[in-house]
Amino acid sequence: MSFEINGHSFSQQPQTGQCLRTFLRELGHFGVKKGCDAGDCGACTVLLDGEPVHSCIIPAFRADGHAVTTIEGLASEVGIHPMQQAFLDAQGFQCGFCTSGMIVTCASLNQAQRADLGASLKGNLCRCTGYRTIEDALDGKSNVEDAEPGAAFGRSLPAPAGPQVVTGKARYTFDVAMDGLLHIKMLRSPHPHARIISIDSSAARAMPGVHAVLTHADTPTTLFSTARHEIDAMDPEDTRILDDTVRFIGQKVAAVVADSEAIAEEACRRIDVVYDILPAVFDPAAAVASGAPVIHPDKTPGHRVSNAIRNIVAETHGEFGDVAAALASSAVTYEGTFTTQRVQHGHLETHGGIAWLDAGGILNIRSSTQTPFLTRRALAQLYDLPSDKVRVFCERVGGGFGGKQEMFVEDILALAALKTGRPVKWELTREEQFIATSTRHPMRVTVKAGADKHGKLTALQLDVLSNTGAYGNHAGPVLFHACGESLGVYNCANKKVDAVVAYTNTVPAGAFRGYGLPQTLFAVEAAIDDLAKQLGISPYDFRRHNVIKPGDPMLSPAGTHYDDVTIGSYGLDQCLDLVERAMEIETKHDLDDDWLIGDGIALTMIDTVPPQGHIAEVVIAKRDDGGYDLTVGTAEFGNGTATVHRQIAATTLGCSVEQIHLRQSDTRNGGHDTGAYGSAGTFVAGKATHDAAQKLVAAMQADSNARSATGTSGGTPRSVAFNVQGFRVAVNKGTGAIKVLKSVQAADAGAVANPMQLRGQIEGGVAQSLGATLYEEMVIDDRGRVVNPKFRDYHLPSFADLPRTDVYFADTYDAIGPLGAKSMSESPYNPVAAAMGNALFDATGIRFTQVPFKPDRIFPELQKKFGKA
Amino acid sequence: MDLNTVTSVARPTTREQLPTWSAGDAWLAGGTWLFSEPQTHLTRLIDLTDLKWPALTVTDKELQIAATCTVAQLDALPCPPDWIASPLINQCCRAFLASFKIWKTATVGGNLCMSLPAGPMIALTAALDGVCTIWKADGSVDTIDVVDFVTGDQSNVLMPGDLLRSIAIPLAAFKRRSAFRQISLTPVGRSAALLIGSLDEDGLRLTITASTKRPVRIALPTLPDTDTFEEAILDRVPDNLYHDDVHGKPAWRKQMTLRLAEEIRAELQGFRP
Ligand SMILES: Cc1cc2nc3c(=O)[nH]c(=O)nc-3n(C[C@H](O)[C@H](O)[C@H](O)COP(=O)(O)OP(=O)(O)OC[C@H]3O[C@@H](n4cnc5c(N)ncnc54)[C@H](O)[C@@H]3O)c2cc1C
Ligand code: FES
Ligand code: FES
Repeated sequence: MSFEINGHSFSQQPQTGQCLRTFLRELGHFGVKKGCDAGDCGACTVLLDGEPVHSCIIPAFRADGHAVTTIEGLASEVGIHPMQQAFLDAQGFQCGFCTSGMIVTCASLNQAQRADLGASLKGNLCRCTGYRTIEDALDGKSNVEDAEPGAAFGRSLPAPAGPQVVTGKARYTFDVAMDGLLHIKMLRSPHPHARIISIDSSAARAMPGVHAVLTHADTPTTLFSTARHEIDAMDPEDTRILDDTVRFIGQKVAAVVADSEAIAEEACRRIDVVYDILPAVFDPAAAVASGAPVIHPDKTPGHRVSNAIRNIVAETHGEFGDVAAALASSAVTYEGTFTTQRVQHGHLETHGGIAWLDAGGILNIRSSTQTPFLTRRALAQLYDLPSDKVRVFCERVGGGFGGKQEMFVEDILALAALKTGRPVKWELTREEQFIATSTRHPMRVTVKAGADKHGKLTALQLDVLSNTGAYGNHAGPVLFHACGESLGVYNCANKKVDAVVAYTNTVPAGAFRGYGLPQTLFAVEAAIDDLAKQLGISPYDFRRHNVIKPGDPMLSPAGTHYDDVTIGSYGLDQCLDLVERAMEIETKHDLDDDWLIGDGIALTMIDTVPPQGHIAEVVIAKRDDGGYDLTVGTAEFGNGTATVHRQIAATTLGCSVEQIHLRQSDTRNGGHDTGAYGSAGTFVAGKATHDAAQKLVAAMQADSNARSATGTSGGTPRSVAFNVQGFRVAVNKGTGAIKVLKSVQAADAGAVANPMQLRGQIEGGVAQSLGATLYEEMVIDDRGRVVNPKFRDYHLPSFADLPRTDVYFADTYDAIGPLGAKSMSESPYNPVAAAMGNALFDATGIRFTQVPFKPDRIFPELQKKFGKA
Repeated sequence: MDLNTVTSVARPTTREQLPTWSAGDAWLAGGTWLFSEPQTHLTRLIDLTDLKWPALTVTDKELQIAATCTVAQLDALPCPPDWIASPLINQCCRAFLASFKIWKTATVGGNLCMSLPAGPMIALTAALDGVCTIWKADGSVDTIDVVDFVTGDQSNVLMPGDLLRSIAIPLAAFKRRSAFRQISLTPVGRSAALLIGSLDEDGLRLTITASTKRPVRIALPTLPDTDTFEEAILDRVPDNLYHDDVHGKPAWRKQMTLRLAEEIRAELQGFRP
């Protein structure tokens, strides 16, 4: 067989059952991505004789004698393909992991297909953008501006990595070739709860090509949490690298390190594990009831597990005022129970990394992580290594959304590299992403609220039961956050919270964009909406009346009380006005009588930094060429901070962004950075960049030989940011189908560093949240197994599924954030489900209390109310 | 994805060369499903490509679709004007969750043999009175109507080693007035109900797929009224025949089936000859 790839012929031969994607990557075409490995996402799209195909489902041998074109060969030897240029002009990407496949597909569309993008692009998923900028690319629109030296801040400058992203040259975690690379595959538990009696790996070890089999006998027994926080004490110590008890289907049991993935897989099948099966519990209410199987019986408050015998990881209870009395004397009251499902982050690049020991004895880990520094710290502790002997870094990460604020793979990678002395790679499959990493916390939230006849809130109460799955990573902090800003944004004399997070024998939940707020807001904002409706007050006015104003305390009765949050700028009033005005504009449609139409809004407030410490250290140094090296620890995974850091530095130093050379997210560069989570990339790390640049300016003024300066930011004091989402929806009473006729979001992000990127973050947040509101749901069966661990059955929104969202910015300047800016990555996600629920109520008079609002779920109630289909 | 347990690929060019079937074998058509899921039980693929069956053959009586005809080839078939039912072809292709990029490789036969409730080629060929020709493992040849070929969710009449050779569509079926309806939980998602109705002097035929575990065919001598039609459907489709998975709950699929059937009835009534 002979293969022609991008005009070059190759004599290498594929493995018998190998798919074209793997073969192309083996030959160095790393622009061809692996997103799902199952034909669903399109990240692996290449041209076969000029026609686009998903190379992961094409047998490699079938390319014999045909011409293959990858993203790398799309343009002629010199120059750039017009579609690549179009994506660059429109900045039709964020993390960029989908971009190669998207560009190859778009470049092949004919006129008819371009006129029907919903159908033409149904095989190309983008988790970051919400597709608007991709459509812009196809429409030939440019979204970028340029800037005079010193004037970069506030301009829509393009992402520095853009040219690499659109040509397939940007290097993501797995896009490197290494000699002698070994591969890891993991044997996982088939049982939701069991004690491991024995593991016989002799047959596996005997296989040629197997270098090591790692089991709990090989790992330290240290307890830790996969969650990464600046302060370890925020999470329970309930996890071992490999444990002798398994607590969910999919938990790691034994890792095989072998010459190839194929050998490692086969070796996994030859490992014989004897389990003692233990009773399991899957429902959080059943888990906290007495008599339930106990999942972590030996844990104590010393491990930061609040009540192990009742499967309670963390809880918080508190009240101020007297809610019961206030409700009794309120003019109107509302009570409802809302449930949110289990959703997955769905970043297109799965978890994984490559580890090796270098000549200096340093353990290097190239990882798909949001927290290289905290992961290095954890590894040094677990394996008792000096921290200068461990390096964790990432180049470009293919999406995170909170899912990579965890250490899921680096511990095993480190051990494998240490044991074998060889470079080792571990790339999780899409299925493993679903069954064995983390998800959003499913919650059941009961809200009670009351108001007086003038529309003043009298009482707000939340009763929350959260499900953290088998391990407590992020369990407490998510719960506390969920009950914090959701209540704190309203002035109300009587508030109460009872919140509990339970262990169950299911895949763990963890950090997820919004960090608990989307779940509680779904309930709180419904209650607010209902009270307003009962009183006949507009939902805008009712909120205006009751939200905090500058100078008001932001009070929530429970959780840890923080006094470092202030209103550094206030644009909530503007956001409400902007959305109200935008929603006043009527929407044209040609829908028949089966469609009921309604409007709904919801608001959110978010602290601009997570509590208890978020640290960034930045160094800026003059280069010989007149430019500057800017060393920051925070990672780029599509959040756009790489652009913003350069803008802040260039503006402060009075130079152009091209003169700022960014060195990013590598512990070897020194300093410390807590991580790219909690939307801290701009507010914290950007502040450190600003500080460093200011110091360098001052130093250079004092001494013209000054070369460098270090800036820091401690993540405190913190400010608050706001968002208001509005929807106009049509609901078909005969089918349960929902159409979004209008989607509007106004955001108060302080001074806007980069309007184009901010708009992108907001659109992407709304898009991801619409997925969770309308479509996405991980289904767990009565044995604790994830029923739908693939994109075919877990529906990420495609081009056709999403409306365009009109985005508005409040005009504010934050007293705390860098150059007046605030954070804005997570919060656009937060009010979406709530606003949708309120719009559905407006349209139908039915209060739907369960997401996702799938047609088959909402139809029974529609049918009950409106009659036959 | 890589099928790492596969150690050999047979590439027969004639029926005589088909290898003796053994455990661990699978026919490889387009491979769009085979390569989309782990197949650790497989060791050999028998590639159908080199059999070089002509994709589409029109005789004076029927359209023969080779099992290896791709979805894209069928979609591109130029149809004479009197094949008034031919828009169904494109409508069914579009009902795939898979995009046009996959239609180029996915085959019609592979779709039938997968026997998923949401198999749009099953819907199409069943509605057009398709008849399957099967090369039995024992060397004989068998024929069976498409509606009877699929027996349930991912099950059909094929025995190990049996090969679907082709599907024959009588040209008369293309000449009937027809109406198509499909619904899914998402705008361009996996079909939760896909119904096709047709009308001629022999009466009304309704083919229900996707909502039911296997295709259901209802034939009535004349165009019924709304109530009679609904009763006929309720009568023929017991509740436990509605499919239950993440792409739609059975109770909703049932209601959508009744709704879409009525829409089809109404549309065909407008065209009543
Ligand atoms: C993203 C995506 C979306 C999809 N959406 C849908 C959908 O909406 N509806 C749907 O039904 N399917 C869907 N599929 C599944 C699959 O792609 C289709 O069913 C396709 O038509 C299968 O054809 P193929 O030629 O690729 O089959 P293959 O993958 O080659 O084979 C499928 C199965 O049929 C057997 N087989 C193939 N040909 C024959 C034959 N002639 N005789 C006997 N056995 C045979 C194979 O051994 C195998 O078990 C989807 C797949 C992907 C990747
Ligand atoms: S990796 Fe091939 S379609 Fe997702
Ligand atoms: S930019 Fe599309 S997946 Fe990240």
